[in-house]
Amino acid sequence: MLAYLPNFLFALILIAGVGCFARNIKKVIRNIKLGRAVNYGDNNKQRWSNMARIALGQSKMVVRPISGMLHIVVYLGFVIINIEVLEIIIDGLLGTHRIFAFMGGFYDVLIATFEYLALLVLIGVIVFWLRRNVQRIKRFLSPEMKGWPKNDANIILYFEVVLMCLFLTMNAADLQLQQLGSAYYVAAGNFPISSFIAPIFDGMSEASLIIVERTCWWLHIVGILIFLNYLYFSKHLHILLAFPNTFYGRLTPKGEFANLEAVTNEVKLMMDPNADPFAAPDPDASEEPPVKFGASDVLDLSTTQLLNAYTCTECGRCTSECPANQTGKKLSPRKIMMDTRDRLQEVGKNIDANGTFVDDGKQLLGDYISHEEIWACTTCNACVEACPISIDPLSIIMDMRQYLVMEQSAAPTELNGAMTNIENNGAPWPYNQMDRLNWVDE
Amino acid sequence: MSEQIKVPTMAQYMNEGKVPEVLFWVGCAGSFDDRAKKITKAFVKLLHKAKVDFAVLGTEESCTGDPAKRAGNEFLFQMQAMTNIEVMNAYEVKKVVTACPHCFNTIKNEYPGLGGNYEVMHHTQFLKSLLNEGRLKVAGGKYKGKRITFHDPCYLGRANNEYEAPRELLQKLEVELVEMKRCKSRGLCCGAGGAQMYKEPEPGNKDINVERTEEALTTQPEIIAAACPFCNTMMTDGVKATEKEGDVAVMDIAEMIANAQDL
Repeated sequence: MLAYLPNFLFALILIAGVGCFARNIKKVIRNIKLGRAVNYGDNNKQRWSNMARIALGQSKMVVRPISGMLHIVVYLGFVIINIEVLEIIIDGLLGTHRIFAFMGGFYDVLIATFEYLALLVLIGVIVFWLRRNVQRIKRFLSPEMKGWPKNDANIILYFEVVLMCLFLTMNAADLQLQQLGSAYYVAAGNFPISSFIAPIFDGMSEASLIIVERTCWWLHIVGILIFLNYLYFSKHLHILLAFPNTFYGRLTPKGEFANLEAVTNEVKLMMDPNADPFAAPDPDASEEPPVKFGASDVLDLSTTQLLNAYTCTECGRCTSECPANQTGKKLSPRKIMMDTRDRLQEVGKNIDANGTFVDDGKQLLGDYISHEEIWACTTCNACVEACPISIDPLSIIMDMRQYLVMEQSAAPTELNGAMTNIENNGAPWPYNQMDRLNWVDE
Repeated sequence: MSEQIKVPTMAQYMNEGKVPEVLFWVGCAGSFDDRAKKITKAFVKLLHKAKVDFAVLGTEESCTGDPAKRAGNEFLFQMQAMTNIEVMNAYEVKKVVTACPHCFNTIKNEYPGLGGNYEVMHHTQFLKSLLNEGRLKVAGGKYKGKRITFHDPCYLGRANNEYEAPRELLQKLEVELVEMKRCKSRGLCCGAGGAQMYKEPEPGNKDINVERTEEALTTQPEIIAAACPFCNTMMTDGVKATEKEGDVAVMDIAEMIANAQDL
C-alpha cells in the first residue's frame, strides 16, 4: 500500500492544481460574459484562419524582429516541452519512469529536442530579463508598469528559468543514474545539454543521485502546476487567451467604427416625415430600459473588449506606437486595457461577495481612466495595428467618448463648437453651406 | 480670380437628364480651407484632363459626420450620414471619389450600414485607375529625380490598407522616394485625426505634427508628399514650426501630378 503513496500524492496534487485553475478560468469566463453580447456573424473560416496565422503562427510578433524571434523561441519551447509534461504526468500516475522510452530512437530525438529547446528558452528568457531590467527598454518603464505589473513580468521570467533549470538538472541526474545502471532508470534518451551538467554529480552515490533526480522531478511538475495557477493573477493569461482573442478579433477594416443601432432608430424616426411625434408608445413593445449610449464602466463594454482586457500581456507595443503617448500625453493604450481588466476583476470580486453586482460608487471612466486620456486619442489605429494578438484599445476609447458626449455632454469646449457648426451649417468650421462651391470662382 | 474651371453639379446633370460617371465628394476642407482648395482645383484639372465625366454636390454636400463620430457624437454623425445618403441616393450615385481620406473612410465603411452603398475611391486610387486605363499620363516633369518622402494618412493606410496607390503615382512622377522610418502600417499620425483638428492637444511635451515633421525632415526631402488635406495642414504647420518653410514644401500628390503637366 505504502508503495503507491507517491502515486496518490501525485494524483492529489494534479487534481488540486488543475481543479483550482479550472475554477479560476470559470471566473474569467463569467466576468467576460458580463459584457454586452456581440453578434460575430458566420465568418468562422476567416476567424480560424486569423487565429492560425496570428496566434499559432505568431505573424505579427516578427514586426519587431528581435523580440519577435525571441518570443517564437520561448513559445515553441513552451508548446513542445509540454509533450514531456505529458510523459511526466503518466509516469506520476502510474509510478513508471520514462514511459515513452519504448519509442527507442524517436524518444532519443524527442528528449534531445526538448533539451535544445530548454536551453534556447533559457537564453530567450534571460535576454527578456535583460531587456526589462538592464537595457531598460522604454516601453517597459511607463508609469502604468510600476509595482505589480513590473514584478509580475519578472516573476514569469523567474518561473521559466527555474522550470528549465529543474528540467535539465533532472535529466543530468537521470543520465548519471542510467550510466550507473540503477535499477529504476532505464537507459533511454539523448541528453545533448544536460550531459554538460552531469559532471557536477560525478562521484555522488546512487542514493544521493536518486534524491536529486526525484527532487527535481517533483519540483518541476509542482512548479508547472503553480505556474498554471499563477496565470489567473497575472498578465500571462495571454498564452491561452491569445487564441480566442485572435479568433474573435475584428474582420472589418480598421477605419470602420460600428454604427450605434439605438441611435439609428431614433435618427430614422426624427427624419421620417410621417412619424407622429405625439404617438403613444407601442403597448406591445417590450419594456426595455432606456439604452445607455457609450460606456462608462466595464459592464457597458462588449464581451470582445473584456476578453481583450484579460488577453493583454502588457508588452506595450501599442503604447510605443501611439502618437499621443510618444509626444508626452497621458494616454497609453496599454493602460486602457490594464485598467479595464483591473476594474473587471474588482467587479468580479464584488459579485463573488454579494451574489450580484452591488454599486460600489466607482466606475472605469473617472476612477481608472481619466477624461484627459480619452481626449488625447487621434483614432489613428496605430495601437490596434501594433497589437500582436488583435486587441483593440481604440474601441474602448471611442465608447467612452460616446458616453461623455451623448450621456454627459462633456466634450471639450472647442469640440462642442465644431459640432455646433456641423449641425448648423454642415461643416466643422463656421462657413455657410451655401458657400460650398465658392472655390470654383476664387 | 485665376482661370475659370468648369465644375458641374449633380443638380445640373439631373436637369439635363444625365448621370455622371463619378461624384467628386469635395469635403469640408476641400471646399473651405484655403490650402485644401488648391488640392481640390488640381484634382479637378486632372479630372478634366482625363476627360472624366464628373459632378459635385456643391451646396447640397454636407459634412460626412466623421469628426462628430470620432468625437463621440453618434447622433450628429448619423444625422449627417442619413442626410447625405438621402441626397446621394436621390441622384442615384454609384461611384464616389474624394481627396479626403476621412470622407473616403466614412462613406466607404460607415455609410453602407445606414443605406448608402457606393463604390468609393480615394483620389490616389482613382488617379491610379485612370493611369492604368490609359486615360491619364503621369510623367516626372519638374519633379523628376527630386527627393520626396510620403506621409501615409491613417485613414487611407491603416484604416483601409491602401499604401500602394499613392506610392505608385509617386513612382510615375519619377521622384526619388525616401521612406521615413515609421511608414506604411507603422506610419505616425499627423495629429489631426479623431477630431483633434478642432481642439487644442491635451498636455504633453510636444505636438504630434512637429514630431512627425521632424521625422520627415530627417529624410532630407525637397517635398513632403501628402494625400489628405488635414495631414497637409498639420505637416505645413510642422514645417513652419521647424522654420524650414523656405526649403521644404508640403504637397498633395494630385497637385504634384497636375503641376508636372503644367496644368
